[in-house]
Amino acid sequence: MSEIIFDKIAAVISAKKGVNRELIKFESTFEELGLDSLDAVELIADLEDEFNVTIPNIELQNIKSVKQAVSGLEKAMQ
Amino acid sequence: MNLRRVVVTGTGIVSACGLNTDDFWKSLVDCKSGIGPFSSVDADLIRFKNGAEIKHFDPTVSIEKSDLDLMDRFTQLAVVAAKEAVSQSGIEFTEENAYRTAVILGTSMGGVGTQEQSYIDLYQEKKSRVHPLSIPKTMLNAASSNVSMKMGIKGPVYTISTACASSNHAIGNAFWLIRNGICDQAISGGSETPFTYTFLKAWEAIRVVAPDTCRPFSKTRQGMILGEGAGMLVLESLEHATKRGANILGEIIGFGMTSDASHITKPDQKGAERAMNFALEDAHLSPEKIGYINAHGTGTLINDTMEVAAIKTIFQEHAINLPISSTKSLHGHALGATSSFEAIATIMALKNGILPPTANFEEIDASCDIDIIPNKSREKQIHYALSNAFAFGGLNAVLAFKKWEE
Repeated sequence: MSEIIFDKIAAVISAKKGVNRELIKFESTFEELGLDSLDAVELIADLEDEFNVTIPNIELQNIKSVKQAVSGLEKAMQ
Repeated sequence: MNLRRVVVTGTGIVSACGLNTDDFWKSLVDCKSGIGPFSSVDADLIRFKNGAEIKHFDPTVSIEKSDLDLMDRFTQLAVVAAKEAVSQSGIEFTEENAYRTAVILGTSMGGVGTQEQSYIDLYQEKKSRVHPLSIPKTMLNAASSNVSMKMGIKGPVYTISTACASSNHAIGNAFWLIRNGICDQAISGGSETPFTYTFLKAWEAIRVVAPDTCRPFSKTRQGMILGEGAGMLVLESLEHATKRGANILGEIIGFGMTSDASHITKPDQKGAERAMNFALEDAHLSPEKIGYINAHGTGTLINDTMEVAAIKTIFQEHAINLPISSTKSLHGHALGATSSFEAIATIMALKNGILPPTANFEEIDASCDIDIIPNKSREKQIHYALSNAFAFGGLNAVLAFKKWEE
């Protein structure tokens, strides 16, 4: 499942922020990819729609990397 | 230029903490929060469930029934609060002084309820037309214009919309108009009505509203809580107030404003610092004179940390002994109206020698380790205070107040 989520995250970041898909790694932080806090809110909203889940605000505040986004979504899907 | 002193002679408020100034102030002093489950929007459809919603508001206490249909709720609140402020001040508007009187009000969104009804009519009800007064009810200047019409005020009348700093910008503008001799008197403040389905959904989407309550500066804070209402002040030149024997409640002595010019939602500490500095300079005050700050204190992680850091930078060692509080923990974040509530709270604090508390405080956050008057108001005589407002869009406005003393 992690890979499906990762692929989706990479696709959204690439499409919305114009980041080269090849540069988006599991370990990439949002800061490295040029995403600020508002970009993160937008990204998570897209992913919530895609996977039909809800991530609480308190957890969203701590999502600052691709890896954290993947685990946040996995947790929400459980 | 000879600058005139500007005093406050009347206040009016309609809020979740009370439908008049006395009830509002008592609620703050008693740390009795207006925050609770909202009912005007179906809470099952919104992720957060609480707000500072006004219960039992009856606009007919001071607005003719025939006029109600002409006014969106945000205007009704403004007119009711303005009438209380004018009645308290005892001021009279005559043909002679009408052109020397201003109405400058703040609102973030204006008549969103009317606008939402138009969408329901068109998209949901499939009607072919909307209410014929949708435009004059929705427009941001509807409240200012209606207050002007009700009072017969014919001088500078306008609305300032700078999101959560709107009312401080409005009051600051009114203060400067009187100080510089352009007007002798003014009604100034703001109004806001955020409780509509689409507007709450927009706040839900941006992820800054707390699922529980507003806990400014607490380690356990999870965001802001929306509030509604209107707050109004009557301002006059000291000369004008003294001449008519008015009861003076407080004095406005400084105003500072800046724009961060950096990010649309993330506040920049330097912008906040400069706004406080400009207000102090405008008031000819050194920082150690300030005895209380009514903080912007939204209860979001970023704002509260940034604001405390900015206060520490400006006030240095004095910051340790400088009590601040966020009354948003009681009356909610009423957006374009919120700093009018906070201006009234600050004037009352100076007048009564009681500092209102920061409610709902649970646990110290190392990044907010200053005196935030947790959970209980405090008796303390102070002479000077600031009220901060830092808005989305990076717009900052700070007012400086002085206790009224002959």
